[in-house]
Parts: sequence; C-alpha cells; structure tokens
Amino acid sequence: MSQDFRLESVGLINRDKKLSFKFNGKKYFGYEGDTLASALLANGVHLVGRSFKYHRPRGFFGAGVDEPYAIVQLYRNNETEPNIKATEQELFEGLEAKSVNCWPSVDFDIGAINNFLKIFLPAGFYYKTFMWPKSFWYRIYEPFIRKAAGLGVASTKHDKERYEHKYEYCDLLIAGSGPSGLSSAYAAAKNGAKVILAEDKPRFGGSLLTSDVNIGNQSGKDWAEGIISELKTMPNVVVKNRSQIFGYYDHNMLVMSEKVSDHLPKTKKYHPNKRLWYIRAKEVLISSGSIERPIVFGNNDTPGVMLSSAAKEYLKVYGVLVGKNPLIFTNNDSGYETAIEFQKHGVQPVILDSRKNPESEIIDEAKSLGINIKYSYVVVAAQGYKKVKSADIASISDDKKQLGKIENIKCDCICVSGFWTPSIHLASQSGNKTKFKEEIDAFVPGTSKQQETTLGAANGVFSLEETLHTSFAKGRELSKKITENDNEVSIPNVVEKKSSQHDKFWCVPLPAGKNYKRFLDFQNDVAVSDIEIAIREGYRSIEHVKRYTTLGMATDQGKTSNLNGLQLVSEIENKVVPAVGHTTFRPPYTPISIGAIVGREVGKHSKPTRKSPMHAWHEKNNAVFVDAGVWLRPRYYKRGNENLFEGSKREAKNVRTNVGVCDVTTLGKIDIKGPDAAELLNRVYTNAWLKLPVGKARYGVMLREDGIVMDDGTTTRISENHYHMTTTTAQAANVLSHLEYYLQLVWPELNVNVVSTTEQWAGAAIAGPKSRDVLQKLFPNLDVSNEGLPFMGYIEGDLFGVKARIFRISFSGELAYEVNVESDYGNFMWQKIMEVGEEFEIQPYGTEALSTLRIEMGHVAGSELDGRTIPYDNALEGLVSKKKDFIGKRSLQRPAFTEDNRQRIVGVVPLDKKTSIPEGSHLVKDAKATLPNPKLGHVSASCWSVEYDNPFSLAILKDGKNMIGEKLFAMSPLKNKVIPVEIVSSHYVDPKGERVRS
Amino acid sequence: MLYIKCPHCGMRPQIEFSYGGDASVKRPELNKEISDQEWDNFVYNRKSLRGKHLELWQHISGCRQWIKVERDTATHEIFKTFKADEEVA
Repeated sequence: MSQDFRLESVGLINRDKKLSFKFNGKKYFGYEGDTLASALLANGVHLVGRSFKYHRPRGFFGAGVDEPYAIVQLYRNNETEPNIKATEQELFEGLEAKSVNCWPSVDFDIGAINNFLKIFLPAGFYYKTFMWPKSFWYRIYEPFIRKAAGLGVASTKHDKERYEHKYEYCDLLIAGSGPSGLSSAYAAAKNGAKVILAEDKPRFGGSLLTSDVNIGNQSGKDWAEGIISELKTMPNVVVKNRSQIFGYYDHNMLVMSEKVSDHLPKTKKYHPNKRLWYIRAKEVLISSGSIERPIVFGNNDTPGVMLSSAAKEYLKVYGVLVGKNPLIFTNNDSGYETAIEFQKHGVQPVILDSRKNPESEIIDEAKSLGINIKYSYVVVAAQGYKKVKSADIASISDDKKQLGKIENIKCDCICVSGFWTPSIHLASQSGNKTKFKEEIDAFVPGTSKQQETTLGAANGVFSLEETLHTSFAKGRELSKKITENDNEVSIPNVVEKKSSQHDKFWCVPLPAGKNYKRFLDFQNDVAVSDIEIAIREGYRSIEHVKRYTTLGMATDQGKTSNLNGLQLVSEIENKVVPAVGHTTFRPPYTPISIGAIVGREVGKHSKPTRKSPMHAWHEKNNAVFVDAGVWLRPRYYKRGNENLFEGSKREAKNVRTNVGVCDVTTLGKIDIKGPDAAELLNRVYTNAWLKLPVGKARYGVMLREDGIVMDDGTTTRISENHYHMTTTTAQAANVLSHLEYYLQLVWPELNVNVVSTTEQWAGAAIAGPKSRDVLQKLFPNLDVSNEGLPFMGYIEGDLFGVKARIFRISFSGELAYEVNVESDYGNFMWQKIMEVGEEFEIQPYGTEALSTLRIEMGHVAGSELDGRTIPYDNALEGLVSKKKDFIGKRSLQRPAFTEDNRQRIVGVVPLDKKTSIPEGSHLVKDAKATLPNPKLGHVSASCWSVEYDNPFSLAILKDGKNMIGEKLFAMSPLKNKVIPVEIVSSHYVDPKGERVRS
Repeated sequence: MLYIKCPHCGMRPQIEFSYGGDASVKRPELNKEISDQEWDNFVYNRKSLRGKHLELWQHISGCRQWIKVERDTATHEIFKTFKADEEVA
C-alpha cells in the first residue's frame, strides 16, 4: 500500500521493516521508527479525536510531549491503556489504537452538538450549572458528566506488567540530549564525572535531528550521533533514551520514568514495562529545550493546524508531509525553516509573516528558493470542519489592531510558529525563581535554589554556537568541582544561519462581524472568550483564572497554551506579563502511569510478610491465616467443613476444658539490660517496678505523655540487670522507638540498653486446665507445681536439649504458660508440645479463639487500647501508682480524665442471648430517637462466649461504672441491626481470676 | 525526598528516618510540681514555625539513633544535624 504523504528516502525510519497497525478498526502500514502520529499522517489521517468540551474534531498539533490533541486509547498484548499521546507512542507490529471522547465514532460524534451549544458552555460552566438542586448532583449530574467527560478508559483487569524502581546516585544528571545536553555531558564525562544523560524521545539529539546546521564539519545529526556513541562507551556515563525526567524534588532528587517496553508489541520476558528511577544528583543540568508556541487565530483548532516545528519534525525524522499545500503562519524565522524544508522536497508553501520587513540569512534563503512570502499578513481563521480546506487571511496594520481585506486561499495545513517557550518546568519545580525575559516574551530560570543549571533553549538561548560554548564550559566546570579533573575538550566549529528578531505578536484580532472561537488551550477547549469572561467575573490571580477556566489543566499541562493565556490576561488587565506571573509548575511534567509509580509494591509485595518459625506446621495443619499487621497468623485450624465460627469455638472450648497451644511469636519482645533497667521500667510503666524480684514477671501498662494508654504487656526480670519486655504485636516498633526516645534524649543518664528480640524468640502459649501436665511432660526435671512455678513466675528449662524460657502468664484467663526458645528451634518446640500434649487432648488454637478467650475474661487488647482510652477506661486504674511519677502521669489529672461519669469498659449481652452484636455498634438509650441519636458508647470487641454459649461483647460506655444492669440498644446502621442488650461486668468469666492462679 | 546527614551514618534518604517533632521541647523533670499550663505547653502546644526549625528525627532503618535536624520548614533546606546529646549552638 502506498503512503500518499511519505517521501522517498527522507527521514530516520527503517524502511526495511514495515509494520501493520490498526486505528479505529482500520488497518494501516507504517515503518519501524515511526510514531503512531507519523504513521497516521503518512496515511493522510488527520482526524484522531474529539475535543473535551465541544467535541470538535481534533488532529495533530505537535510531534512530542507537548501534544494536546492526539490522545488515544492503546491496545497492546490483550491490555488497554488510556491517555496515550499518539505523538509519543512508537509504532510496533500489531498496534491497535482508538479515538477517545467520541461516541459513536470519531467521524460522527453526538457530543459535537455541544459545539453548537457553546454559548451555553462558557467558563465556569460546571460550577454555575450543576449547583442546584443539590440532590441532583449524585443522581443525575455526576453520572452524566462522568459519561460525557474523560479522555479514555482505564482497564479494570489486573495489570500483569511489571514495573521496577531503581535508586541511583550521580555527579551530573542531564535532562535532555539536544546540543546543550550532549556537549555538557561530554565535557563532564571527560572529567571522569559519573553522568546520567536522559532523553525522553527514542532518538538522541533533540533539535539537532531537524535543524539545518553544521558542527565540526558534519551535520548536527551526525555530530550528535558521534557524541552519543562515544558517551555510550564510557564506563562513567549512563545514557538513557525513552526516559522522561518528570519531577524535581527536594535535595536534588529527580524522578525519571523509563519506558522499557512501550515500543514493543509485548514486554520481553524478565523485563519491566517501565522503570522508575529515583536519582540523587550532585548537580543537575537542565537542557530540556523549548516548545514552539502557537499564534492564536479563528478556528485554530481545526485538524491540519499544527506547530511549524512539528511539521518540520514529521518531514525530517519520519519523511512525512503533513500537507501538500502548506500555509506557514509565523512571527519569526522558525516558520521559514519549515517552509524551506517543504520547498526542498518539492512542495510549494506560502509564508505569512506578521512582521513588516524582516531580514536575515534564513529569510534570504527562502527568498532565493522562490518561496511565496507575504509580509504583514496573518491567518484570520482556518476554514474546514474535519480538516483544513482553506484559510481566511488578511494584511495587518503595524499596531496589529486593524485587519485588511479578507482573502481566502486554499491550503491543506497551516503550520504556525509564534516563537519559542523554554521548558522551565524542572527548574521551576526545584524552586528556581523564574524571571520574564522580554526579548523572547517568555519566562526563563532565574536564581537557582538547588544545585541546578539550565542551559541552551531551556534557558532562552537560541543560538547554537552560544549554547555549545556555555554547555561545554558548564559541564567542564561543574564536573571539575566534583572530580577535581580538568580535561580540556575542544569546542567544534559551528555553522548556523543567523535569525532576526521575532514579532511580539501572538493573537489575531477578530474581524468585524465574526465570532470565531480562538483557542488558547486545545485540550481543554479554553478560548480567548473564556478568559475574558473569567476576568469580567472578577478572577484576578492567574491561579484562579486557571482553575475557573481550566486553562493549562489538562494532561499536557498547558505546554502550548500557558504563555498565550498569560499574554491575554496581562493585556486585559493592562499589566505586564511578569506582574501576572505564571502558575506553579508541579510534577509530573507529563502523565506517568500509576503502575510505574507503584512499582513492585502490588499484591503480596505491597508489604513484607512476616511468618513465625512454625508457619510451615500451621500450613500443613490447615490453618486459615489472617493478617496481623505484616504478620501472618493462624486464625483457626480448619477441621473438615468447619467454618470460622465453628472452628474457633471448638478451639476456645478445648482451652477451657483441656489444653490448647497458640503461636505467640508475633508478640513484640524487647531485651532490656543495664544497671538502670528497673528505673527505666518504673518511669515507663504506670505501676511500680523497683521491687520486682528476679524470676518474676509483672503486667504493665504504659502511657503516652498525654495520658492515653500506649501499650500493655508483661516484663520479666531474667537476672539482676536483665529484663525481657513483651509488647502487643501491633505496637512493637513504636514501643521500641518510645524507649529509645527517652533513653537517648530525655534521660541519657540512665545506663540501659534496649534491643528488639522479637525475631530471636519463638513463643508458644500453652493454656487450659491441663497445661501444667503438658509442661511437666516437656520439662520432666522441673518443679512446675503451683509452688515451684507460681502465677507470674519465671524459670528456665531444658526442652529436650533446647534452652527454653518458661513464663507463667496468661492472656486466656486459664492456667497458662508461655514457652520461648530461640527461633530456629521454634518448630521443634511446637512439635514436642503437640507430641506430649496428645494424651491431654491438646489442640492448636488461632487468633479467633484467642480473642474469644480474652474477651469473655474482660482482658483488654488493641480494640480497647485504641489510642483514645486512659487506664480507668480499661479498668486498669489499679495499676496506676499514686506514689511515683511516670510518663503521662501528669495528664491523668486533666478534668475530663477524672470526671465521675467517665467512659469505662463493660460487658454487653444481647437480651435474646442469640444475636451477635457487630463490633463498632453504638450503644444508645432509645433505639427510635431522632437522629443523630446520642451515643453512649461503642462495642469494641465481640465473641461467642464458650463458657456460657451465648454472644458476649466488650464495650467502652459512658459512666460504665454505674451502668451495670442497664438495658440499652446496640445499633449498627451498617449491618442494619438494632439489638436490645443488657450491660454486665466486663469480667464475664472467672471474675475473681482464680483459674490463672490454680 | 529529603537527604539527611545522620551524624552517625552519613547522608541517607528520608525513607530511612521517622519524624519526631520539635526538638526544643524539654520534658519537665519527674516528680516536679508543675502547673497545668506548663504541662499543656509540653504535651500539646507547638509553634508550627515557618523557617528554621530544630526538629527530631530517628534513623529508624539505620542506627536507630535519635538526631536533631535544623531544617527550614518552608524550603526544606537542612542546615545542620546534631547527635542527640550534642549542644545546638
């Protein structure tokens, strides 16, 4: 199939490799090295989408990252991705893409009716229209807007692609591989600096790929190729194409997205789709170049109207003519360069130059080639709906206010050049105070905040010779500072054509009697009239104008629209542009896929998984696991068809009647050593610790300085100056930091060391009336009688040759012991326990049974110690010392903490003794009271009491002390339940605590 | 992401640290009678300064030492870092 708009043997594409692709279901061909945009243009396809608000036809406007129009939905390897710029997407065999924001098709789009309703869709339309009636928002407006809006559809499938993150450090990070990037990288590399050179496009060289210049007696393109191949051989240099540095963050950290696989039909095995680089650079050189800006005129969004630099790029890089009858509309010499390229390749362009009589080498060349040039001429409006068919043109007065007689000339594209806007995004993100440079009508970087330097066109310098000189010098100077090498590199001779001053002209006035839309922001359909309305309605700050009109807010972030918008505001407001200021540049510079940001941290990799040494045994024995923080803990051990309720009930009951064993390895453990260890504990815990004898454990509660309970647990005195502290699973890390804080900062005079030993010890809780029998079998030589090892006692023993720590402590409220061995022996210990316990009908129990046991005993845990309760609330005030001071004690004197009717833990039993009360239910006096129904308390934990065989819950209840015996309602609107309940003591089982001491 | 010089370990990325608030707050001595206002100031009242701020960080994924960091809260510039027991001039 011939490509009507492809030139023979021009461009950098590989003509030996033909690629087929589909756009909107139709099959086309392109070549390796094409972008989707260039391949479509080669096939004469200009209509690629519909605009966001008015659904006007959209074509191609640029040739790269600045593209506002050509956003497509991409289909690749059975997946789909929205928001893809056709100008950036490289072609691959079998690529499929579709237009977005149009229905039923791009050719016939129903939404285009908005185009005819546009007088009803002015700036702030959404704010004004969808405000009333309020109830309509959720039901009618929002669903409607959601359907009508949007630039594509995200896939709902799990993303099978892999994304990687990489951390890198370098001396110089260079953003952009144009003339300044290449020369500074080269000079720095020669000084031995560690250099990373990043280029967002597939090809290195930037403007050198398209400009007609000569460097060191070769073409710019060849010179760039030479430099790049030399850089690639240097071990201290990393060059990366398809890599966009999109964010400049604090302390010279930049983030770069490398598209590893987007140009391929399918990601290669073991390769990521994208790689996100976090780069900490000593120095950053920003050589991001500049983006051509449009001139605003009527219907300037018609497909076929595009930047003149883009037309040149399509021609020189891809061998594609964007039109065969081009009209060039320019206010500077850049338009001439495009015209000259057309002319050289057999297409006769017409140039309209807004300037009166400009003179330069480039203009002379255009003249000598016989190009038709009209001075003091402008495009008033493009004509044609889905494609430019002709242009209304007119002469313009010297003050740019008056148009001459309007003529219509035939053309099939309009290439616009309104001069150049430096890409200052990265510099601005770094905190650079940008300044307005009058000569180029644009902002350039000013005073650096971080270690950043902007070079070349990004710095508003458009002379190649000057750029090379400053860039070589800067690369050498900065690298010398770091490496202390100073190698001279010779700066090549540059031949370029000198250009003349551009015209400070950016918007064509409307002809009398015409009301053409003149667009500023092409992606968001923001026209000149919208800005005028916003200002008329009182919006002054440029940031407000932006948000009200959506100027510069789309996925292209106003790369082509911002400056013209500023010009307009400054003109209406009669201010100079620098006084208006620009909106904040925020990362990312260009849309970055969420997958790349998330990286590998998806699914089970989203957090680490911690497993106890007995995990394999649990797995083998049908444990159903539950996440406890990052730990995986057995929730219950499934037998046959048992569900969670049945299984946990069986396990809990077996603990109450026989004996059970629970893996408690996950408990936080902190080893505390030093002569002042007791003193530390005495200050950290609310109760007294100075007189705890060796070989004894004690339960303790610690507070935050604000009086709220932070954590609880037992601490055991192993020897004179050695303690073993346990924390809850959830608070382990916080408690360690807490202790370190006080030891390092508040009481450095205390001679104590603390270290986490959570992973060093495996723990098993053996609980139930027969637990002593099991323990005796485990340690036949030890006296484990009530006298030999009393409640809260501690001894050490030999577990079949393994050193073990034995604590007589209990969370279940039964006679219970906790045995710890070094982690590597955890599995051995567990198996021995199961072995010797068999005759006593031992069963393992999981966290669900563990909860049941502690709830019916009224033992508090994380659901009560929720960061909002003080010791009294948990019935722990008996542990609060009146004599000594401790962390948080002073706060307990707060009036609210000492109120008589303060909240307190209670037990809750449903009156019908059948209905389980959902955790989180509110306790209220009157179930039928008008909303909001005053809440008296909330249910913190619920279980099925195995002791009484009915539901039982714990609750934190206002004036709980005096509420025992009251009848209330537990309400859970979430579960749609209202349950009449009776308030009872929180100590539902064994209120005197006799079992633990038996 | 900040780049913080741990006085014990050298330059480390922010992800290795956790923030610990105002370093100028002094905990009242134990067993000392103090007014509600003084205690309130210690527990709750912070200045939320714009500009130079002395703050605590803990090198939680490194040496676990608490350190003092003099940082500009507006620009994130870090001027100096100190060990826990080092006097801040």
